[in-house]
Amino acid sequence: MSGPSYNIPGFSAPAPVVEAGADIASPEPAMDALKSARTVAEVLAQSNAGAVMDELDRDLVGLAPVKARIRDIAALLVVDRLRMNQGLQAQTPSLHMSFTGNPGTGKTTVALRMAEILHRLGYLRKGHLVAVTRDDLVGQYVGHTAPKTREVLKRAMGGVLFIDEAYYLYRPENERDYGQESIEILLQVMENNRDDLVVILAGYKDRMDTFFESNPGMRSRIAHHIDFPDFAPDELLRIAELMLAQQQYCFGPGAREALQEYLEHRIRQPQFANARSVRNALDRARLRQASRLFADATRELTREDLSTILPPDIRASRVFDIAAAATQAQPKSPQA
Amino acid sequence: MMTNPTGRLTQGQFSFLPDLTDDEIKLQVEYGLHKGYAWSIEYTDDPHPRNTYWEMYGMPMFDLHDAAGVMLELKGCRSTFPQHYIRLVAFDSTRGVESIAMSFIVNRPAREPGFGLVREEGPGRTMRYTVRSYAADKPEGERY
Repeated sequence: MSGPSYNIPGFSAPAPVVEAGADIASPEPAMDALKSARTVAEVLAQSNAGAVMDELDRDLVGLAPVKARIRDIAALLVVDRLRMNQGLQAQTPSLHMSFTGNPGTGKTTVALRMAEILHRLGYLRKGHLVAVTRDDLVGQYVGHTAPKTREVLKRAMGGVLFIDEAYYLYRPENERDYGQESIEILLQVMENNRDDLVVILAGYKDRMDTFFESNPGMRSRIAHHIDFPDFAPDELLRIAELMLAQQQYCFGPGAREALQEYLEHRIRQPQFANARSVRNALDRARLRQASRLFADATRELTREDLSTILPPDIRASRVFDIAAAATQAQPKSPQA
Repeated sequence: MMTNPTGRLTQGQFSFLPDLTDDEIKLQVEYGLHKGYAWSIEYTDDPHPRNTYWEMYGMPMFDLHDAAGVMLELKGCRSTFPQHYIRLVAFDSTRGVESIAMSFIVNRPAREPGFGLVREEGPGRTMRYTVRSYAADKPEGERY
């Protein structure tokens, strides 16, 4: 068939009203204006991408290299949009990414934002995020893996497929592992359906490096390798304040300093997970605050009482004991 | 050609229209996804009108957000069964509905021979009538 010799309602109209009488809210209300934009500001205004980028700056503390890369990508997409409006060729860029970094450095959070930004810029059609791990992609017996992987890929189309701890996909110690099959399907879809979905792999730096070494095809198909740096102590403190504000809590007098001290000790201890550790510390502080208030059965509690974290809530942490014990046991030796 | 004036099988939606292009199919799929339907792909080489249950190609596709996934699967089905009838079926899982809400043919064989009228003598002087596809004379898989 060459082309339709009849009119389908809504086929050439901007809003895809497919059937007569059926009413669909147009997913891209600004798409038409976007097509006539001539300046960067116009594209940004019509796509709301500027707002998302500002929000990113405001809500995410630190992460300077990550933000710079997101800005670059956004700039490229905006310029591509302008090129297209002028009738120049704009090749769809490959936007598959790999996020490496220590635990709790914001990889998932940024991936979620990335889906939204790419959607607003018109690169992704739907802008949802499908977060999976090895279990969702790799099957348990022969012939199980391919349909499973395909199903996940189909679900992610129009959005972002976020594969957490992607290095688990490849298990070199077992040569009959089904992970390899999953990787091959991923590679194929990443190459052929480049404008349908964006794949983001995430994991710890060293293990991702070995993963890419053993899968050179994967490395070359991913255009953006973004490394997430660890947070500095003052950044962690700002994150803590943001988290508390979100939950409608605040620091009482001296509590901020107590948390600062807590973080200094905690960073040096093993299994420190950046922002995730901060969140856990705050959760435990809330627990202690609750039992502190619980002990006073007869007191009338004000709004302020209920939302203030006091220094004892933080200083009761085991981290301080461990730190004190360490300094007492080995007063001379430096911290390991 | 009394039983098949258009020379084409007319089952499901849009079957009196010219074949839908891929872009048009995509729009229909988007419409269904917007309504919350789950699409699946079915194929057969027995065009009899009472052949309700066609073979499924893969699993029904739940939780999709975009038509690209359905189109990918359809492409696979078309390359596997280029000379079969293929239809897209949308399942509406709303409680109380729980049935097929949309269904249309997206692939048909190059030549559709149509149906012949079969007469059968009944008891007394009664005649019983039925239709039989000319294609169905050959065994399954060799029909088109």
